[in-house]
Amino acid sequence: MIAFLLRRLGLALAVAFTVSIFAFALVRLSGDLATTIAGPEATSAQIEQIRIEYGLDRPLWQQFDDWLWHAARFDFGRSFFFREQVANLIAGRLPVTLTLGGLALAFALALALPLGIVAAIRPNSWIDRLALVLSVAGQAMPTFWFGLVLMLVFGVRLRWLPVSGTGTWRHFVLPAVALGYYATPAIMRLTRTGMLDVLGSDYIRTARAKGLRWHTVLLKHALRNAMVPVVALVAVQLGFMLGGSIVIEAVFAMHGLGYLAWESIQRNDFPVVQAIVLILAVFYIGLIFLADLLNAWLDPRLRTP
Amino acid sequence: MSSVPRPLPGTETLLAPSPSAILRTRIFGHGGIVIGGSVVLGVLLLALAAPLIAPYDPYVQDISQRMIPPIWAPKGSWLHLLGTDKLGRDYLSRLVYGARISLFIGAFASALSGLIGCALGVTAGYFGGRIDAAITYLVTIRLSLPVVLVALAVVALSGSSLEIVVIVLGLLLWDRYAVVSRAATRQLRHAEYIVAAQAVGASTLRVLLSEMLPNILNPLIVVATLEMAHAILLEAALSFLGLGVQPPLPSWGLMIAEGKEYMFFSPWVITIPGIALFTLVLGINLLGDGVRDLTAPENRN
Repeated sequence: MIAFLLRRLGLALAVAFTVSIFAFALVRLSGDLATTIAGPEATSAQIEQIRIEYGLDRPLWQQFDDWLWHAARFDFGRSFFFREQVANLIAGRLPVTLTLGGLALAFALALALPLGIVAAIRPNSWIDRLALVLSVAGQAMPTFWFGLVLMLVFGVRLRWLPVSGTGTWRHFVLPAVALGYYATPAIMRLTRTGMLDVLGSDYIRTARAKGLRWHTVLLKHALRNAMVPVVALVAVQLGFMLGGSIVIEAVFAMHGLGYLAWESIQRNDFPVVQAIVLILAVFYIGLIFLADLLNAWLDPRLRTP
Repeated sequence: MSSVPRPLPGTETLLAPSPSAILRTRIFGHGGIVIGGSVVLGVLLLALAAPLIAPYDPYVQDISQRMIPPIWAPKGSWLHLLGTDKLGRDYLSRLVYGARISLFIGAFASALSGLIGCALGVTAGYFGGRIDAAITYLVTIRLSLPVVLVALAVVALSGSSLEIVVIVLGLLLWDRYAVVSRAATRQLRHAEYIVAAQAVGASTLRVLLSEMLPNILNPLIVVATLEMAHAILLEAALSFLGLGVQPPLPSWGLMIAEGKEYMFFSPWVITIPGIALFTLVLGINLLGDGVRDLTAPENRN
């Protein structure tokens, strides 16, 4: 188990390092930073001055080395626009995005797990068909458009919920639904397939034959085994949600990490963009790592790959 | 097959339905394929025949004809069936021309990512070992990058145009192709016809291209439809955020973005392009699901 853990941790660190190279290269390779910072009307002397001021005249690997060592200590430099530490900016915006991601995931699970389980217990019933329709529709719905429609219906017509901002929990309802709905189909389908597989297996028949109560069999024997692939998928989906929250935050004007990224991209505020790409990637890597651990705990066979 | 007339003794093989006839019955008996196929075909025809169908030039502005509601609304006009936008451009014409953009993005982004993903996946699956480990690592890296954010940043830095959006999406969406083609190749690596081709001295490239690829094509077609839908949705999202296709092009995502400020009083400005987007993506997904059902019966449940 320790060896497994260490190997996974090593892999996660290696991936994080490679991603940091990418996050750095993304900004450097797409154009000349100094020219972009200086703006369209700058003279070549001004551009040179900026190049020296920001340390952009040094060799690339030296700049990367410098950036990475600072980034490892959560020092991402200063924002060009806000003239503030990027780390502070991000720390201020992170709670909104994490709350949104968590609520969206909770919504997705609350919808997907019961529907998936019931659809597996009663295949081809009306619930199974409803689940299928919901999942097919969910995958075709553009997230941002669904957000706008929710806003129109529940915010403007019915006036039940506020349409933008982050003041109270009520502000999070519509964005979380819009964001979570997109993740629902995948989780629901995998739950259904997993449950169908498990329910047809010998040990479920044995458990039933022993005379165990149906819901004990369902929850203790079937669900635990059906959840193994779902756990990994949920981790992946949460990672995608944090990354995809940029669209929903823009729609609902929620000042989270995604909104900050969107603003910063438009303002050429590269230190912020770089840092957010890296942070979101590291979140994803961390989530996958946790999912691996959780899976190893749920299914001991996975501990020795 | 009860509709097939009972053959005379001795002629069963002549009258039995041919494999292609069986396939045809299965295709047309499959609700998803029929609906999805008609939707995709319909949108494709709209896009191709856009100049014939569109009643107006999608770029011509007429400030005196701004924000006319569609025909079913109280103040609708027969002159503009789906109304006009804030610059007085005919909405139906823009919608029809917008289909071209969505299909263009979907087709080319998914083709580019298919090329990258299959090359990586087949190589990884065929050679195994360290090459496999390296490519799997590459897929992990790609998956850990936030797609929307990276696409936005690259488009912002390298200038936004239709071609840039296609290339950026093509370079980002290859992961599923790689995973699927790797798994399929691994299954077939020791198949008899592959070993036979190797034994008669076919080069590795030839084995991969003319023996391996045709046999793993079915799952890849399914992935291609998924990624096409994915690319269309992402283009709409990028354009909505202002960093995708640029105005005055009639991208559906851009139409939603431009309509956003008017949506409280004229909801149709966002519902019409949104429904178009939803319908096209739904059609592509249904078609993909149908192809999977037909080609991989073991996945049906």
